[in-house]
Amino acid sequence: MKLRTGLLVAVAAAAIAVAAPAQAKTFKFAFQGDLSSLDPHSLNESFLLATLGNVYEGLVLYGPDLEIMPGLAESWKLLTPTTWEFKLRQGVKFHGGQDFNADDVIFSWQRTLSEGSDQKVRGGQIKNITKVDDHTIVVETPAPNPILVQDLPYLLIMDKEWSEENNATNATSAAGDNTGNYANLNANGTGPFMIESHKADVKTVLKRHEGYWKDIEGNVTEVEFTPIKEAPTRVAALISGELDMVYPVPVQDWERLDDADGVSALTGPEARTIFIGFDQGRDELLYSNIKGKNPFKDQRVRAAFVHAVDLEAIKEKIMRGAATPTGLLAAPQINGFVESLNTPYEYNPEKSKALLAEAGYPDGFEVTLDCPNNRYVNDEKICQAVTSMLAKVGVKVDLLAQPKSKYFGKVLSTSGYDTSFYLLGWTPGSMDVENVLSSLIVCQDEENKRGMFNLGNYCNPKVDELTAAIGSETDQAKRTAMIEEAFKIVKDEVGYMPIHQQPIAWGVSDRVTVNQRADNGLDYRYVTVK
Amino acid sequence: MEQSLERTRLQRIFGSDIWYSFTHNPTAIFSAIVTVGMILAAIFAPWIAPHDPFDLATISIMDGNLPPAWSAGGDMNFLLGTDDQGRGILSTILYGARISLLVGFSSVIFSMVVGITLGLVSGYVGGRTDALIMRIADIQLSFPAILIALLVDGVARGLIPSEMHSEISIYVLIFAIGISGWVQYARTVRGSTLVEKNKEYVQAARVIGIRPFTILRRHILPNVMGPVMVIATIHLAIAIITEATLSFLGVGVPPTTPSLGTLIRIGNEYLFSGDWWITIFPGITLVVLVLAVNLLGDWMRDALNPKLR
Amino acid sequence: MISFILKRLVQSVIVMLTVALIAFSMFRFVGDPINNMVGQDTSRADREALTERLGLNDPFIVQFGRFALNAAQGDFGFSYKFRQPVNKLILERMSATLELSFVSAVLALAIGIPAGVYTALKKKGFLSRGIMTLSLVGVSLPTFLIGILLILLFGVVLRWLPTFGRGDVVAIGGWTTGFLTVSGLKSLILPSITLALFQMTLIMRLVRAEMLEVLRTDFIKFARARGLPDRAVHFKHALKNTLVPVITITGLQLGSLIAFAIITESVFQWPGMGLLFIQAISDVDIPIMAAYLVLIAFFFVIINMVVDILYYAVDPRLRADDA
Repeated sequence: MKLRTGLLVAVAAAAIAVAAPAQAKTFKFAFQGDLSSLDPHSLNESFLLATLGNVYEGLVLYGPDLEIMPGLAESWKLLTPTTWEFKLRQGVKFHGGQDFNADDVIFSWQRTLSEGSDQKVRGGQIKNITKVDDHTIVVETPAPNPILVQDLPYLLIMDKEWSEENNATNATSAAGDNTGNYANLNANGTGPFMIESHKADVKTVLKRHEGYWKDIEGNVTEVEFTPIKEAPTRVAALISGELDMVYPVPVQDWERLDDADGVSALTGPEARTIFIGFDQGRDELLYSNIKGKNPFKDQRVRAAFVHAVDLEAIKEKIMRGAATPTGLLAAPQINGFVESLNTPYEYNPEKSKALLAEAGYPDGFEVTLDCPNNRYVNDEKICQAVTSMLAKVGVKVDLLAQPKSKYFGKVLSTSGYDTSFYLLGWTPGSMDVENVLSSLIVCQDEENKRGMFNLGNYCNPKVDELTAAIGSETDQAKRTAMIEEAFKIVKDEVGYMPIHQQPIAWGVSDRVTVNQRADNGLDYRYVTVK
Repeated sequence: MEQSLERTRLQRIFGSDIWYSFTHNPTAIFSAIVTVGMILAAIFAPWIAPHDPFDLATISIMDGNLPPAWSAGGDMNFLLGTDDQGRGILSTILYGARISLLVGFSSVIFSMVVGITLGLVSGYVGGRTDALIMRIADIQLSFPAILIALLVDGVARGLIPSEMHSEISIYVLIFAIGISGWVQYARTVRGSTLVEKNKEYVQAARVIGIRPFTILRRHILPNVMGPVMVIATIHLAIAIITEATLSFLGVGVPPTTPSLGTLIRIGNEYLFSGDWWITIFPGITLVVLVLAVNLLGDWMRDALNPKLR
Repeated sequence: MISFILKRLVQSVIVMLTVALIAFSMFRFVGDPINNMVGQDTSRADREALTERLGLNDPFIVQFGRFALNAAQGDFGFSYKFRQPVNKLILERMSATLELSFVSAVLALAIGIPAGVYTALKKKGFLSRGIMTLSLVGVSLPTFLIGILLILLFGVVLRWLPTFGRGDVVAIGGWTTGFLTVSGLKSLILPSITLALFQMTLIMRLVRAEMLEVLRTDFIKFARARGLPDRAVHFKHALKNTLVPVITITGLQLGSLIAFAIITESVFQWPGMGLLFIQAISDVDIPIMAAYLVLIAFFFVIINMVVDILYYAVDPRLRADDA
């Protein structure tokens, strides 16, 4: 008798358990890095911004294919070459119930320029914002800027009242004297998801914001994020069924995922281009046996190098067929991409040897290749392969592969560009080629902060001139022509050795469907749990 | 007197007793053969190995990811398959074992010499000397061995010009791993010395005026060798594994000249993919090598310990 | 005894200061912290301003003085990466590491000592030889590989145990524990075995070696001659006398469990201090690294003191030194 009652209770409890949370759709995923802060202005880093893009929103949003869509602004138009009018969306509420209005936009823009903010570059695209009424603003740019809205998806909007109440009007600084600490661990955005709990580097749980201003495609109601640093652990957690999605997945594991039950690899090319640069600035090459001159100043030597490297072999063997060899420093997803220049340099070791001999180095020379070993997909292995390929034409490369903090500590401007030969990857933050030209290709210019990632100081005044014009040209046809011209010069002069677009790989369980964006961003709006 | 004692002692160690014990212990014979075989293979790698995996001009990436010769798609040139850079696994194992053994033995010997010396002095002399040595040991023990190695390596890299890094990295490693291991020997030797020095036979030796150095060497050292050999055998494994872990942290030997540990670290990334040979063969080699050395150490300990005879 | 402890306390303070100094001087070799604190587009001027604000341009002595002064008051500053007080971050993580180390220590002792005694008593036994050989195989592979192999077998193939993390934890005050939930306990199994394996082998072999030696001493022979039962001889006399070196090594090993947890924690994504530290290295998060190293030093100093005091308690002969 007693037993039967117990059984009945158990059955009843089970029935309730099934019935009640039928609506809950939980999505659990892991990424290799962690969410260091909830403050949308604290760090200009892609994972942080893509994640907080589910909680906070910008005036415009990225669509599933990185296209620009209206967000907190319903529409915008150019008034004069340097002023834009934005109509703001009405009836939008923050998670805490506050109304969204023009003051919030102005406040958030000012906050990106506050001390401790790492969004000063984005905020700096705007000279001033004036409020016309509660839902109309006029944005002024320092110079004509045809691609202003390209920079706005990640200029995330916070609530002015909430920030003031909680003493968070300055961005959370890494230095201890900050006042913005509340926003570091709490969030109040307009986005479709709210932070339920957040323990930095351990676990972050997000819940659906029921009052979101728009319907979303996905049906997920709860998202659980765990950082998992080690790739084998990440892959194991997916295959064992503990997680619904993990990323990134190492290229060599793709096949294994597709063979395993219930999971598959979702892959695509990332908007990041991997390339190798040469020091063309110094008169004597550092870390080389050639003294008194710099072989890389000779275009024939640079050409010899690019012809010695077999990009197809790197693609097949190192990247397991997953990369896209390229001839351009910008990927197809980038606004202003030039299809005709994207063919890689020809692989031709004989030509390479001939060019080296012609330039006066028939027996090659020695040089050190700086390479990160934990930054890009298989970065160290690519460098190893390049080292081995160059050895076949007589160039002895010493490979100095280091963790990213040491690598960047050595090669960047803050250390005086201490490198003669280096591997780097680049995704333009604005998703426009202008950023590629002004960061990687124009001559180094400390004062105007241009060419700061042109670590080898490739320098051609004509390209500089074109880049400046491209930055402010609003006529699309003229702009395209100038972009083509600039990239053609760089390619003809062998300014760089482009390697490939690196692949994105997500391991996804069959229980869920997700949308993979080319910037490796995961938007929960498109996550559906079966 | 001194001379004859010396001779009988030598005879005792290298004479018939040890040989008898050895020839009557099949495990010892077997592990000795394996160890010596592997050491020889490592030493003569340049002549035995089918390829030179460290010579970048001869390896071709197009040979990358080949399975072992006996499976479909394998190539007889590469008996155990290749890694993604096109290096033959067999050749990298032979060359890698060379580096691992060099780093392992050198750093263990380094640790042992430093540790035993300081431990004996500390335990026998006592007082301020003891306090000082043990405090230094404490300071060092406050750091995990990996961190000390990382620190030493970092400082060395700070002091040495970067173009020399790849040439000297192996010596830096030996020093770094060696210096991080001496404390265990010192603590153990000191502990045993404290016990031994109060025993009657040492007291007696002291009373009849034998010099402290002689007492240490003749009476105390043999008695502390038991625990030391236990540590040393396991320490060899630790040294090789520490080397792998350091390369995991980016401060090991350069990836173009991998050690056995580095090969396993690299292979770790291939456990989920189908390329099992990249992990399994170096792994087996390491297990067999370390196991053989350890078994040999076990036997040596039993044979060398005067009390166990 | 009291003066002995006092002396050790003073020495310990010196040890801690030295650790802090060495740890601090090490940081300049780890890399440039600024690059991990800003995005790729951040200008050089902003980077330099940040360097200045963090006081990284000050002379080494000034930086160390500031650090030591604050640390003495228990303030380790703000994490560069998480922008939170380091104390809070480490306290959040400490329970995870201590629980893992505790379980591993219990495992290592509970298996290591009996196995050591058994293999010493049954020296020629088939099982003994098996245990000895198997224990060696276990330490012949790097920890990270063992961890991954365990994950592969028990997590992926058999799906018995979780592959990462701590499972559900219960917060009791500031302490989070995994002991009270089923998933928490299941999550502990693989990492603690991985972590314990090494120490287990070491303890076992040490106990065996010491036991073998003691069993051959005269006083054991006398005990046997007196007709005491084997049990009493083995456990009351022999085992007790093997304890001096065992305590030394075990004490040190238990401390290094906390340090060794770094690798285990990375493999299993165990959210403890070790994982926090290893990531702080790659992010050059100096305040976290400094606090962790000083804390580890503190643990070790305490353990060392306890070991030395136990020495006194266990082996009366050592007390003669004090006189």
